[in-house]
Amino acid sequence: MAQVAARPGDPVITPALIAEHGINDTEYTRLVAMLGRTPTFTELGIVSALWSEHCSYKHSRPLLRTLPTKASWVLQGPGENAGVISIGDGLAVAFKIESHNHPSAVEPYQGAATGVGGILRDVFTMGARPIAMLNSLRFGSLDSARVRYLFAGVVKGIGDYGNCVGIPTVAGEIAFDPAYEGNPLVNAMCVGLLHEEDLIRAKAEGVGNPIIAVGARTGRDGIHGASFASEDLSAASDAKRPRIQVGDPFTEKLLLEVSLELIKSGHIVAIQDMGAAGLTSSSAEMAERGDVGVTIDAAKVPTREAGMSPYEILLSESQERMLVVALKGHEQDVVDILTRWDLSAAVIGEVIAEPVYRVTENGAVVAEFPGSRLVTECPSYSPKAREAPAIAMLRGKDPLSIAERAEESDPVWTLEQMLSSPTIASKAWAHRQYDSTVRTSTVIGPGEGDAAVIRVRGTRKALALKTDCNGRYVYLDPRMGGRIAVAEAARNVACTGARPMAITNCLNFGNPTRPEVFYQLKEAVAGMGEACRALETPVTSGNVSLYNESPSGAVYPTPVIGMVGLIEDIDHVTRSVFSNDGDAILLLGDTLAELGGSEYLSRIHGTVLGAPPQCDPARERRLIDSLLDAIKAGYVASAHDCSDGGLAVCIAESCIGNSDELYGASIDLTALGDLPARALLYSESQARILISTTAPDAVAAAAKSAGVPCRRIGTVKRATKVIEFKLRSRQFSAPLARLAAAYHDAIPNIMARTPEHAATDLQSAGAA
Amino acid sequence: MKFGIVTFPGSNCDYDAFHAVTEVLGEEAVYLWHKDHDLQGADVVVLPGGFSYGDYLRAGAIARFSPIMQEVIAHAKSGGPVLGICNGFQIACEAGLLPGALMRNRDMKFISTPLLVRVENSGTLFTNRYTDGEILRLPVAHGEGRYFAPPPVLDELEQDGRVIFRYVTASGERTSAANPNGSERDIAGIVSEDGNVLGMMPHPERACSPLLGSEDGVRLLESILARVAA
Repeated sequence: MAQVAARPGDPVITPALIAEHGINDTEYTRLVAMLGRTPTFTELGIVSALWSEHCSYKHSRPLLRTLPTKASWVLQGPGENAGVISIGDGLAVAFKIESHNHPSAVEPYQGAATGVGGILRDVFTMGARPIAMLNSLRFGSLDSARVRYLFAGVVKGIGDYGNCVGIPTVAGEIAFDPAYEGNPLVNAMCVGLLHEEDLIRAKAEGVGNPIIAVGARTGRDGIHGASFASEDLSAASDAKRPRIQVGDPFTEKLLLEVSLELIKSGHIVAIQDMGAAGLTSSSAEMAERGDVGVTIDAAKVPTREAGMSPYEILLSESQERMLVVALKGHEQDVVDILTRWDLSAAVIGEVIAEPVYRVTENGAVVAEFPGSRLVTECPSYSPKAREAPAIAMLRGKDPLSIAERAEESDPVWTLEQMLSSPTIASKAWAHRQYDSTVRTSTVIGPGEGDAAVIRVRGTRKALALKTDCNGRYVYLDPRMGGRIAVAEAARNVACTGARPMAITNCLNFGNPTRPEVFYQLKEAVAGMGEACRALETPVTSGNVSLYNESPSGAVYPTPVIGMVGLIEDIDHVTRSVFSNDGDAILLLGDTLAELGGSEYLSRIHGTVLGAPPQCDPARERRLIDSLLDAIKAGYVASAHDCSDGGLAVCIAESCIGNSDELYGASIDLTALGDLPARALLYSESQARILISTTAPDAVAAAAKSAGVPCRRIGTVKRATKVIEFKLRSRQFSAPLARLAAAYHDAIPNIMARTPEHAATDLQSAGAA
Repeated sequence: MKFGIVTFPGSNCDYDAFHAVTEVLGEEAVYLWHKDHDLQGADVVVLPGGFSYGDYLRAGAIARFSPIMQEVIAHAKSGGPVLGICNGFQIACEAGLLPGALMRNRDMKFISTPLLVRVENSGTLFTNRYTDGEILRLPVAHGEGRYFAPPPVLDELEQDGRVIFRYVTASGERTSAANPNGSERDIAGIVSEDGNVLGMMPHPERACSPLLGSEDGVRLLESILARVAA
């Protein structure tokens, strides 16, 4: 071990300074025991970042270990920059989802943009070329000017970054609920394609190999971003805006090309993004995976300004930087490749035999940790878990005990209200700002189907991609909500003709030290695991974002699922809108009185209560298998998952989803039993899919033999300008033009309320 | 026939143009690196879409000074065909190969959507496989696509039949709603005085497969092939 001395000018370690770094007493004691002495200021900074929730998963690791992660097609499970699965033909898919919630709450444009940049780097550092981006977004009510400002900024940030790099943004979901008012969720997912032999892992190897910093210079931006992401948002958060990084998508595009070229060149052994906690986490994690020591000379790191301390250099989260371990003697080859792309590189350290993590500054050791204990010995917590009695009480309430509103006597009014709910309505306002067709492989783009479909060049295959999670369900019953998030994502990719293959997840929760939050986390993870096992969709990567709380409380627990499905033959690609006059409309699955946590209750009655729909993963599996068989047999003209908003919304979406070509339908629900009309129309029972087909008898017979309920509920009628609904209790006719206007114009009309300049004024005023 | 597709560091549609030429048209294509002074014997140069040098200043403003552009300009001046798509249109304007400029979209937002354009002159190098008045479905994806030129220049473009594509409705009408970005006189594409340089905001190379929604762009490439190979 080298002699470590306090660096002149660094602050003295005091209890206040330790607390300011978010390190509690137990953790500090552990740190001192590990070092056998008082830490230096630099060491304190390193530990504060690496042991932050964001980097260490200290409250979630034991839970995450319970998730299924293996299958014969999984090439890389959790623990790397991204998960990787094989899709045959020597090809593989790398994908991961990550949150950028806190930065986006404070600075929506840069927060979202850098979120996209970070997840792109996680994928291309696996040797994969990014081929698609998805986003899962949650905001408060669009009635608030602040929320409109956040929504507009986030969408623009996502678009500007992805558009410039040239990766199509193809899918995702956006939901609005007052629960996300003070703390929006911005989760970005990237999917990349690679040849299996190009797969590279971020594992430092080979004593003497040089460690090279590549890309942008290191500045003072984003210092302690990882720690910022690990605390509750408060009124003081705006003051932490300097902790938010600024994105440069052009440099990212250069890094993308350079990284793929470096990986192909054979001159490097490992590469990793300097993401959260920057140089610190990238170097420590690569050393830990390779079980080697590393030494880094902070003075050799190219910086944007003079006089940066090792502390600042190690913790900066300046964007568009990579850390590379090259083969000794190949330094010049690496530099040559970088020069071609006008990027710079600097050797800043090397892999060493001595089992230490060491940082020097011009020869003086300013930080040193034994072995890889810095990563492996970070604390792990299993706090108390206890359901909040108030939530249990909410769940116990009967939604049908709520009296209907007077307006509901006009069923068309209710349907219009549902379709114009921002959570249900067309998101074309956002999608039109994303380049979704670059790379000329987008078969189904954003808003055009239940999941995005991207063809795989040179094969007959295609990928289906989707993110999903209904936070209301998780709030009311986390076990059920966790199952549903997986099941819904699986149904969505299956509706396009894809077999669900694997997931990545992003667990957005509140403060885990509160027993009621930890209960939600624990139960939701258990529910996810159950569904993943039944559907054979292992978890290959993930991200945990805790402390999503603002002064108004915690967000709904929102474990977002990013699902990848495989379409074996491009001929099986299926869309969600009706397309043939006279097709029979069939409903697979049973409709029950399950209005708990529904969009109907929220939109029409402004309340969130009741038990969410039940979800039986085995039943979901049978449904998906049966649907895929029918699609492969060529029976299915359209398939649409029946979930948020229930059956009436699902039918309407298949009629009006394509604004260029509206289809009418006649619907007869009398065979579905004698549920109250609103339950029949808006209940969100799971394991249901609406299909249109020319072969209803064949589909029904196949479904029956698979044990999947299947009922014919109507006929597609191109010429009629209405959807005719026949229920036991009533009959009504909804004009397509009114429904289409409600669905397609809702968000543009709301957003027209806040001109862009007003949003900017809000930003500069820092209004909340 | 050989297509040379320029790769600026921030080009991101070079790959799409390459595949359209090689897979759909079945012709040879090479990438031309922005730092080179060599067109590698290309008969046709494609300036593809993307963000050439980041375009933080103004789309295409820096690209015109790149080494390869000096060769592209010489190629154009000697009558060689140049197809500028999206960012390529912006670069061609900045380089003086085409009149006018592309400004920020009318509503200041990036716009990505399939839309309709009408063929205004089927007598050109780039449109001879279309018919006059034909309506094509092509995607657009741009933040700065609002074509602007002073009225006398616009008059001249129109009089000389150099306005090649216009944004229209499904029934072929010119309306404000059909014009996605506020372009002057609904202009989506123009050619140079000699007719050998085409600049257009929509992406024909993204409309080469029914699987992706349209193959209306194929005949643009075939038009060039018909004329140049003849």
